[in-house]
Amino acid sequence: MVTLFGIFLLTMLVIVAVAMVRAANLFVSVMLSGIFSLLMAANFFILDAADVALTEAAVGAGVSTVLFLSALALTAERDRSPQRRRWLSLAVVTVTALVVIYATFDKPILGDPNAPVHVHVAPWYLEKTPELIDIPNVVTAVLGSFRGYDTLGEVFVVFVAGIGVLSILGVHGRRTTITADELERQASLMRHHEIPQVVGKLLIPYIVLFGLYVQFHGEYGPGGGFQAGAIIAAGVILYALLEGDWRAHRVIPQPVLTGMVAGGALLYTGVGVLAMLLGGNFLDYSVLASDPVKGQQYGILAIEAGVGITVTGVLLSIFHAFAGRESH
Amino acid sequence: MALAIDIVSAVLLIGGGLFVLVGGIGVLRMPDLYTRMHAASVTDTMGALLVILGVMLQAGFTLASVKLAAILVFLLFTSPTASYALANAALLAGIKPKLDDAPADDRTGGEG
Repeated sequence: MVTLFGIFLLTMLVIVAVAMVRAANLFVSVMLSGIFSLLMAANFFILDAADVALTEAAVGAGVSTVLFLSALALTAERDRSPQRRRWLSLAVVTVTALVVIYATFDKPILGDPNAPVHVHVAPWYLEKTPELIDIPNVVTAVLGSFRGYDTLGEVFVVFVAGIGVLSILGVHGRRTTITADELERQASLMRHHEIPQVVGKLLIPYIVLFGLYVQFHGEYGPGGGFQAGAIIAAGVILYALLEGDWRAHRVIPQPVLTGMVAGGALLYTGVGVLAMLLGGNFLDYSVLASDPVKGQQYGILAIEAGVGITVTGVLLSIFHAFAGRESH
Repeated sequence: MALAIDIVSAVLLIGGGLFVLVGGIGVLRMPDLYTRMHAASVTDTMGALLVILGVMLQAGFTLASVKLAAILVFLLFTSPTASYALANAALLAGIKPKLDDAPADDRTGGEG
């Protein structure tokens, strides 16, 4: 049954991908890319990768669709397909695809117990997590503690991405008050959105609450800083879409967002440095408390908070950078 | 008892599936945006409702059922809102509903 679902989802993925490339209207492409991410999330889920599925659904189908749409508001809606060099691109794509397909022949079959991934470090993680960290979700243990360096790297990738977008699009000196004229204009635009506004006001607190649940429940179930950051950012972006960008800016001003972008990464690194000061290795949380297992748990909580803060800050900053441009 | 629950849940699931199918056919066959949305709304409301109720019966009195109920509540809030937002945006963008070409007096049972 799972195989059947897998084949169905993968077939749909191919169809959506082809449709996305062929669509001349970029708006259609953006919508299709949202569908693509949702299908991909379902695919991850049937492969039992619930953490990845949650991230894909929140970031791929949720936040990036909004970001694409706000980018689209700045550019033309139609794709200008250049006719020249089409054969060259086709040849490059064909050769790359053939190489990738050839590479899959060496890939172990799905679920093969002798696959390298199952005989390398994974058994050690599964065996040692209850003893060393004692949390039910091994994914969080691996992500937060055993491979804390990798996750720190990921946080800095997110951080650099945020800084990059901000330095290209610019952080505007924002007014927290607007003129009566503009308020009227905004209000007349928003008048048609009363029903979404009411429903949005009902739902946004629950979205943020769910984000916090995903943040702090990450040690017990699927979730953690990356997913929570995306969900909370999605809640605030929904508010910005319904009530206007400047209002969302009044709730979380740009200096706070910039602080969050840097602060989360700083918190993560700070936990690592604190571990060093207490006599352990960088990012070795065991020394954070008298009981090493408790220390590990505190460390993971702290770095997950750092991840969540940075991801929220970066996503919101990027959104505001796009949305702020629109009105200029 | 277990058999009865299985039968009821199967009926609900198949019914929900049928509504989704009808909605899908409707989206393909209907002539303009508004009638297509009308067809698609069947999948959001009856389709989702029946399928989730069917799955809830299978899950019984567990945490999964509570989560499914929460999903149902959120769907019942969000899908009509999304439909409204879509139709509203289409109307604001100037898309007119497709009307019958026949003269007004030829219509039977019109807006009267």
